[in-house]
Amino acid sequence: MSIDTARPPVHTDHGGPLHAVRGFFRSREIPVAGALIALVIITTLINPRFLSPQSVKDLMLNATIVIILAVGQALVIITENVDLSIGSILGLVAFGTGSLFNAWPGVPIPLVFLAGMLFGAVLGAINGFLVTAAKVPALVITLGTMYIFRGILTSWAGSKQYFSGDNPKAFGNLSVDVFLGIPIITIVAIVVVIAVGIFMHSVRAGRDLYAIGSDRDAARLFGIAVGPRVLAAFIASGALTGLAGVLYTSRYNSVGALTGSGLELDVVAAVVVGGVAISGGTGTVFGAAIGAVLLSTITSSLTATRVDKFWQQAFVGMLILAAIIVDRAVSVRNARKLRVSESRDV
Amino acid sequence: MANEVQHGIEPHQPSGTPASGTPALSLTGASKTFGPVVALADGTIDLRAGEIHALVGENGAGKSTLVKILAGVHAPDGGDFVVGGEHVAFKTPADSKAAGVSVIYQEPTLFPDLTVAENIFIGRQPRNRAGLINRGEMRRMARELFATLGVPIDPDRIAEGLSIADQQIIEIAKAISLDAKVLVMDEPTAALSGVEVDRLFGVARGLRDKGAGILFISHRFEEVFALCDRITVMRDGRYIGVHNTSEVTVPQIVKEMVGRELGALFPKVDAPVGETVLSVEGLTRLGTFRDISFEVKAGEIVALAGLVGAGRTEVVRAVFGIDRYDSGSVTLHGKALPPHNPQAAITAGIGFVPEDRRKQGLVMDLSVAKNATLTLRRSLARFGLISGSRERRTAEDWSSRLQVKTGSQDYAVSTLSGGNQQKVVLAKWLATEPTLLIVDEPTRGIDVGTKSEVHRLLSDLAGRGIAIIMVSSELPEVLGMADRILVMHEGRITAELPRAEATAERVMSAATSSLEGAL
Repeated sequence: MSIDTARPPVHTDHGGPLHAVRGFFRSREIPVAGALIALVIITTLINPRFLSPQSVKDLMLNATIVIILAVGQALVIITENVDLSIGSILGLVAFGTGSLFNAWPGVPIPLVFLAGMLFGAVLGAINGFLVTAAKVPALVITLGTMYIFRGILTSWAGSKQYFSGDNPKAFGNLSVDVFLGIPIITIVAIVVVIAVGIFMHSVRAGRDLYAIGSDRDAARLFGIAVGPRVLAAFIASGALTGLAGVLYTSRYNSVGALTGSGLELDVVAAVVVGGVAISGGTGTVFGAAIGAVLLSTITSSLTATRVDKFWQQAFVGMLILAAIIVDRAVSVRNARKLRVSESRDV
Repeated sequence: MANEVQHGIEPHQPSGTPASGTPALSLTGASKTFGPVVALADGTIDLRAGEIHALVGENGAGKSTLVKILAGVHAPDGGDFVVGGEHVAFKTPADSKAAGVSVIYQEPTLFPDLTVAENIFIGRQPRNRAGLINRGEMRRMARELFATLGVPIDPDRIAEGLSIADQQIIEIAKAISLDAKVLVMDEPTAALSGVEVDRLFGVARGLRDKGAGILFISHRFEEVFALCDRITVMRDGRYIGVHNTSEVTVPQIVKEMVGRELGALFPKVDAPVGETVLSVEGLTRLGTFRDISFEVKAGEIVALAGLVGAGRTEVVRAVFGIDRYDSGSVTLHGKALPPHNPQAAITAGIGFVPEDRRKQGLVMDLSVAKNATLTLRRSLARFGLISGSRERRTAEDWSSRLQVKTGSQDYAVSTLSGGNQQKVVLAKWLATEPTLLIVDEPTRGIDVGTKSEVHRLLSDLAGRGIAIIMVSSELPEVLGMADRILVMHEGRITAELPRAEATAERVMSAATSSLEGAL
């Protein structure tokens, strides 16, 4: 019997280009990116105006908020948790931003961003504390805080709404002006994706999040500070949601008691479609971002090709199921491999 | 498998003089209790640098608790703990690791989604000047470690799907990279083949020669005697003694492991043995058990003895139809039982009391009455609806027969003691009037008084002509209760002993598969 039969041949390259290429094609982001490209090509063939400059700009603007939310949600999901309260957090921050401009029209815009992210981080910290201290699944905790935060917003806002016309012109222009053809707020989103992506790939604390999501008990045995790391993931997600909330106020016409309602499920869908396993431990924020772009593009593309509204939602649903089934098939195959390799000499 | 184990053995070569080693780790008189359960009364181990030291004992002797204290998972309630000449009190696994203690568990605890290299270096990955992880360097370091160990594992593959042997090698690589002074291996060979055992032993000897102290926990005496310099024996949570391997024999060690009084337990009353109820022929599930054949007659208690992981539970689960099997047959009262069909097994007259009553035997939040009649839902129902009063009457009947102590039939089962919970599970199955009852670890976690009540009950049932299969890890229970004992080791039946011929030593040696001739 040879012990090497169950193991793929050891390759001897030392991380050269071949290695990078192999890793690239094996990654989970490739199928999602492929689907996105195919979608754009097919839609453009049907409706050539889909790739007109204005339409492309709209596509980017529409994806921006979801991208940032998806990056934050990916951090949490990678640790095998979930944050369902982000729609409510976004609503609170967006309405707070409107109130801030209303109360202090001359407030410096960087300060608005700082305040929004801080507000979001505090709300995220509440989630994180409850999840790590109460040892109740995050699904349940954040379902509760989703309603609580929304309730607070409803009683704060009442029927009041702030309109983009009430905000300083410079703030609204963030969603209008372009740099190298890319809207300013989209550039913010891209910077967030790259920064968090590097953190998750190349910083020890980021790798700890993967370890926690992969096997929480093993992480504990290994001496990784599981509680503080999970708390930090929720705070980071809250802060990014806060950032998205400020950008939301810049981008959309009005903010009120219902702002952001239902957004959490779109975001979880984007993250899962982007290859981040809901069971934690795998996937990247790049994938989550591509998933966000894919989902927001599908909506536009189905509109551009005049597909019924009902089918838009059903299509998104099918994508989510496809992503989960592919994920499941891979892990079942791995498990079967393991069983066969163990039984080989009994 | 048994013959493969043998070829993994080389004559014992003591390395230098054991006495010359300096103490690497010593634990003296450590104790640990969980509520009323004393898991460890006197945990004592004296591990020297440059030795491989075996820790042996029966199931439940306290070895695992001792390992968890060394690993920093449990803090001991009392006792003296010295590592590398300094008194320590580990609060977390990180403390233990920092003190130079590495523990390799029977089931390695790797992160399945991370790469092999990252599994070794997580939390201390090499970094470049910008503070970012240097993956090239990490890969190189991992390769170097595997080269030292002489094992080619690809550092870039994810850990999921690796064989247990490779996972252990990764744990060892991790320990080496941490510069561990003490390496604890908790039954590392349980899931390994002969070649893999050889490889592991080679690595262990290499580490010993470089001055590490290795604590080796195993049930396999051939391995203990081939590999280890000294042996510490534990029994019932206590330190019994330590021996130089060269000055002691297998029977002596076995005697120390099992030497306990059997008197306090309830013995089975002899019952007339009737016709064959169950016959199992050549039952095989690849990777779990192989070629299992036995018969059980009416009025007989047949015990399946062996160590944890020998495949006993898996066999009875397959007989009952919970798990699939690859080949073989199960016949009840002369009729073949369809595989993988528990409902058919129940209808044919088999009752199954599982090992973990909290998870598999009872619905903890439901009332005693509802639990006791779960298996009877169909016959109690009228027009598809279950009648509450009939349910209660049936339950009361059985609880009084089994003397379940509960304030009311309506109390949730979770409020009862372990022994009484076990009686409710039994009531549930007895209500179906089975002709064959399978009980898996019937008295685990039950206090001594209730234990003998459960034993009397089983004896009683056998007296009424029910055939009983009892899986048990407790030797006194096996010896006291069984008419016949089937001993399993690594998925096979290694001995069949009638009551008259069964002794603790014979059961133990068949269970550890130390060859019959050695005794």
